[in-house]
Amino acid sequence: MSGGLEKTGHHYFSLIEAVGRMGLFLLQCLFRAATPPVKLYPVVQQIHFIGARSSWVVVTAGLFTGMVVALQFYDTLVRFGSVDLLGSAVALSLIRELGPVITALMVTGRAGSAICAEIGIMRISEQIDALECMGIDPYRFFLTPKLLAGLVAVPVLTILFDLAGLVGGWFVGVVLFGVGEGTYVQGLRGGIEWNDVAMGLVKSIVFGGLIVWFCAAKGYFLHYERAGAFGPEGVSRVTTNAVVLSSVSVLFADYLIGSLML
Amino acid sequence: MNAHRHSSDTVVEVEHLVTHYGERKILDGINLRIRQGEIMAIMGGSGAGKSTLLRHILGLSPPTRGAIRLLGREMTGLRSKELYAIRRKIGVAFQGGALLTSMTVGENVALPLREHTRLDRSTIRIMTRLKLEMVNLSRAENLMPAQLSGGMLKRAALARAIIMDPAVLFFDEPSSGLDPISAVELDEMILRLKQAMNMTIVVVTHELQSVLTIADRITILGGGRIIMTGTVDEVRNSRDEYIRLLLDRKPRTDTESGESYLRRLTDGP
Repeated sequence: MSGGLEKTGHHYFSLIEAVGRMGLFLLQCLFRAATPPVKLYPVVQQIHFIGARSSWVVVTAGLFTGMVVALQFYDTLVRFGSVDLLGSAVALSLIRELGPVITALMVTGRAGSAICAEIGIMRISEQIDALECMGIDPYRFFLTPKLLAGLVAVPVLTILFDLAGLVGGWFVGVVLFGVGEGTYVQGLRGGIEWNDVAMGLVKSIVFGGLIVWFCAAKGYFLHYERAGAFGPEGVSRVTTNAVVLSSVSVLFADYLIGSLML
Repeated sequence: MNAHRHSSDTVVEVEHLVTHYGERKILDGINLRIRQGEIMAIMGGSGAGKSTLLRHILGLSPPTRGAIRLLGREMTGLRSKELYAIRRKIGVAFQGGALLTSMTVGENVALPLREHTRLDRSTIRIMTRLKLEMVNLSRAENLMPAQLSGGMLKRAALARAIIMDPAVLFFDEPSSGLDPISAVELDEMILRLKQAMNMTIVVVTHELQSVLTIADRITILGGGRIIMTGTVDEVRNSRDEYIRLLLDRKPRTDTESGESYLRRLTDGP
C-alpha cells in the first residue's frame, strides 16, 4: 500500500520536474532569440530542413484534403440547392481549421520526429556535452534556430497547404462536378474575411512553436528520462512521446485559439 | 609564499567531492590536485567513478557536496556565461570522439575558432589543417565523422580539443577500443603535446600500459574513493591490494559468506 503511494508520489514529482524543465527550455530559447548575437544562417538552414523538405508532402496532403472537402461539401450543399457556397465552404474550412492542423500534424511526423531523434542521438553520443565543453551554448548554437525556424516554416507550409487545397477543391467542384468557375472563385473571394486568415496564421505560428518546443526539448532532456532510457531504445521512446505530445498539444491549442478568436 | 606558489601551480582542485546517481553514491570524499604542466592519469576499474569525476571537474554535472576549482575558478554555482568562459580555456576529447555528425571533420575541428574568434576563413582553415596535421589526419579534412575509424575519430576529437591551444586538456579513455599500434601512436601524440605546448593533460583511462608510458602522476580510484595518488614509481611499488590486482591484472578474490550469498539471492540486491 505504502509502496504504491510512494510510487504515485514519485511519479507526480517527476512529472512536475519534467514540466518545469520544458518551461525553462522554452524560456532559455526565447531569451536567446531576444538577445544578440542571433545568427541568421542556422535559422535559414533549419527553415530549409523543416520547411523546404516538407513542402511536397504538405502540398500533396493539401491537394487531397481540398478534394475530399469539396466532395463532401458538394454532396451536402447540392441537397439544399446551395452549391454556389462551395468555394467559401472549402476555403473557410481549409484556412481556419484543416490547413493549420493537418500541416502541423504532417510537420510533426516528418520534421518533429527527426528533430527529436537527432537531438536525442546528440545527447547520447556526448555531442551536446562536447559543445558545452567547447564553451558553445547549445541553446544559441542549434536549439533557438530550430524554434525560430519552426515559427517561420510552419505558417509558410500552411499557406502552401491552403493553396494546394483550394486547387484540389476547384478540381473536384469545377472540373468533376461542373460547378461554375466564376461561382467557385466568387465564393472564395466573398466568403473569406481577414479574421479567418488571421486565425489560420496565428494557429500555424503557435503550432510551429509547439512542435519544435516539445520535440527538441524531449530529445535534449533524454538523459532525464527514467532509468534505462539512455541509448537507442531511449531515443526511440522519447521520439514517440514527443510526436504524441506535439500532436495532442496541437489539437488542444487548435480548440483554444478557435474558441478565443471566433 | 609556499601556499601562494602551490595555488598558482594547481590547475584542477577537487575537495571533499561527494556525488550521487539517484540514490546511489558514486564518489565519496574525493580530494585531488592537478598541477600545471603535468600529465595526470586517473585510473581505476570499470564503474570506479572515473568518467563521473571527469564530468564533475568539467562542470557537466553538479556535485552533491564538495568544491571543484578549475583554473582557479570555483565550478559550482557559476552562471552559464562564466562557465562557458572557463571552458574556452580547456580542451576535452571524449571517449567516442563526440564529433558533430552533421559536419565534416574539418568543420568540427574549426568549430571553436569559428564560434569564439574573429579570425578570417583562410586563417581558420590553415589553423585547422595545422592541428589535423599534428594528429596525422590531414587527408580526412573533408570526410564525415561516419567515414572515420575508431582511432581516427579519437585523433579528430584530439585535434578539435587542442584547436584553441587550451591550458588543460582532458582526454577520456584515449586508448580504449584501439589496436595496440594506434594506441601507442596516440600515447606518443599526447607526450608530444605536453612537450611542445607545455599543456596540462588529464587522462582518464583503465589502460595500464598507456598510463605507465605517459603519466607523470597517477590517481587510482576504487569504489568511489581515491586509493592512491602518486608518481608512476610510487604506484608501481604500492602494496595496496587493489592496486596490486590492477597492476598485475589479477581477478578479485572477494570471499562472501554462504549466508550472505543466499540472502542476496532471495532478497535481491
